[in-house]
Amino acid sequence: MMQELPLTYQERVIFGLRSLYNRYGYTQYKMSKFEEYDLYARNKDFLVSDRVITFMDTNGRLMALKPDVTLSIVKNTKDAPGALQKLYYNENVYRAAKGNGSFKEIMQVGLECLGDVDEYCIGEVLLLAAESLQAISPDSILDISHLGLLSELIDAIGISENNKSQLLACIGQKNPHELDALCRQWNVASEKAEKLKQLLALSGRPAVVLSQIKALLSDLPGMHALEQLERILALVEDSDMGGILRIDFSEVDDIHYYNGIVFKGFINGVPSSVLSGGQYDKLMRKVGRKAGAVGFAVYMDTLERLDDRQKEYDVDTVLLYGPEADLMQLQAKVRNLRGNGERVAVQRQLPADIRCRRILKFDGSEVEILENNA
Amino acid sequence: MKTMLNIALPKGRLGEKVYAMFEKAGFECPSIRENNRKLIFENPEKGVRYFWVKPSDVAIYVERGAADIGVAGKDILLEYEPDIYELLDLNIGKCRMAVAAKNGFTDDPHRTLRVATKFSNIAARHYRSKGRDFDIIHLNGSIEIAPILDLSDVIVDIVETGTTLKENNLSVIETVVPISARLIANKASYKFKGSTIDTLVRELGLQTEA
Repeated sequence: MMQELPLTYQERVIFGLRSLYNRYGYTQYKMSKFEEYDLYARNKDFLVSDRVITFMDTNGRLMALKPDVTLSIVKNTKDAPGALQKLYYNENVYRAAKGNGSFKEIMQVGLECLGDVDEYCIGEVLLLAAESLQAISPDSILDISHLGLLSELIDAIGISENNKSQLLACIGQKNPHELDALCRQWNVASEKAEKLKQLLALSGRPAVVLSQIKALLSDLPGMHALEQLERILALVEDSDMGGILRIDFSEVDDIHYYNGIVFKGFINGVPSSVLSGGQYDKLMRKVGRKAGAVGFAVYMDTLERLDDRQKEYDVDTVLLYGPEADLMQLQAKVRNLRGNGERVAVQRQLPADIRCRRILKFDGSEVEILENNA
Repeated sequence: MKTMLNIALPKGRLGEKVYAMFEKAGFECPSIRENNRKLIFENPEKGVRYFWVKPSDVAIYVERGAADIGVAGKDILLEYEPDIYELLDLNIGKCRMAVAAKNGFTDDPHRTLRVATKFSNIAARHYRSKGRDFDIIHLNGSIEIAPILDLSDVIVDIVETGTTLKENNLSVIETVVPISARLIANKASYKFKGSTIDTLVRELGLQTEA
């Protein structure tokens, strides 16, 4: 008899995702829990939080418990002209939690596609992000933005390098009034500021929004990026995942690391994004790599509360035995019960918090039923 | 079943003003006007659920998704920097974050500036951007007393009318940032309840312009 494996909700999701990535030809990438601290010190802004657990290695090198997987993969893989590496991972990372500032261990599942990345690869990664969300919950949404388009637009409007991050923060907050105030402060022409504001407000299904953006950008740069976005989205739309795609330019990531397409996944009932990713060619350049790269991560810790199935019983049967019981006979009884597919806890005394279907007592010859909750 | 829009309002006068705006925008919930000790009020017909929380906690309720939307002062948003959407300036609860000191104070740049404040983050960012050497003294209330007792050189605090400052022989020497109440939304909630939230923003927007 096949029994249902005693997996938690998160474990089932993880196995589901791994098998999904495997079907698309991604291979698992295993790595050490540690990395030299220097890697993170040089790329602090890429990390969600710059607080890292560090320790001294036996040879005096300053090491860190991995706060991020992507940086390690980028560091530990090599450029090979024309080649494409498709990797997935399932690793713990260590980050400072917002609020109380203590460190948390977070399970992450994700994938990276590195090398000669073309539009097909980006489309495939987007499709896999969408499929990952759908594997977790049918009530999900994948928000997509294009940083290339945004930065071309911002350059054309004439925002200086120093002010860019302030403007992007506004865009990330869908904050039209601060955007107005900043544009006034920087003497941006009002019709250009208005266009930025309109772009910020646009969000929805690609079929609806793409044409609106086109009309909006008609006399501004960014068209090339928009066409790329359109082609890639068409690839994903040509699957049964098209329904969960949304264009939303408030999904901004650090423009010093990301370029091109960036995206975030949401699941109804989870108060933050559960998936995040994009193209990060700029990070690759920073670490001296020539290749392109695109990938995403699923934050398993955000899914904990999605599991609303209450486990009814911890075990089926608690079998109590006294000091006089014959141990060979006891073992035979237990084998018998287990053979019937029951989960059996053998105890001398009833544990305090155990939830069980029934309690049996073996007194040496007979099995007596003490309690039956079934 | 209609999904409910959960709305966190700041307890107090500002919150009541805000509710009146929401009501006018078509998101009414008559039970909220009843004088009782209830904390949560629902109008299933309109699909809204309101609750009163401490003003400085609104952003936390929204960021963590217990509320889909809420109204919080810009001071709180600048201080805690929650990861939320800031959709609208409601143009009410207007005041400013300001630096104040004893009348006749002059800044001696050779000394570390001692700054007493409830808003450590805002104050630190302000002085860091000026390249000034400073020391933040975090207090939880009665900030005005700090310069009088020589605990600090200046204070960074919210100034509405300036009466308290005047009565204590203090005056504003610099405005850090203007403050008003903002409509904020949880990012994930916005994905799934966006059309309702957009309707509310549009309606409220008409009122703030008027």
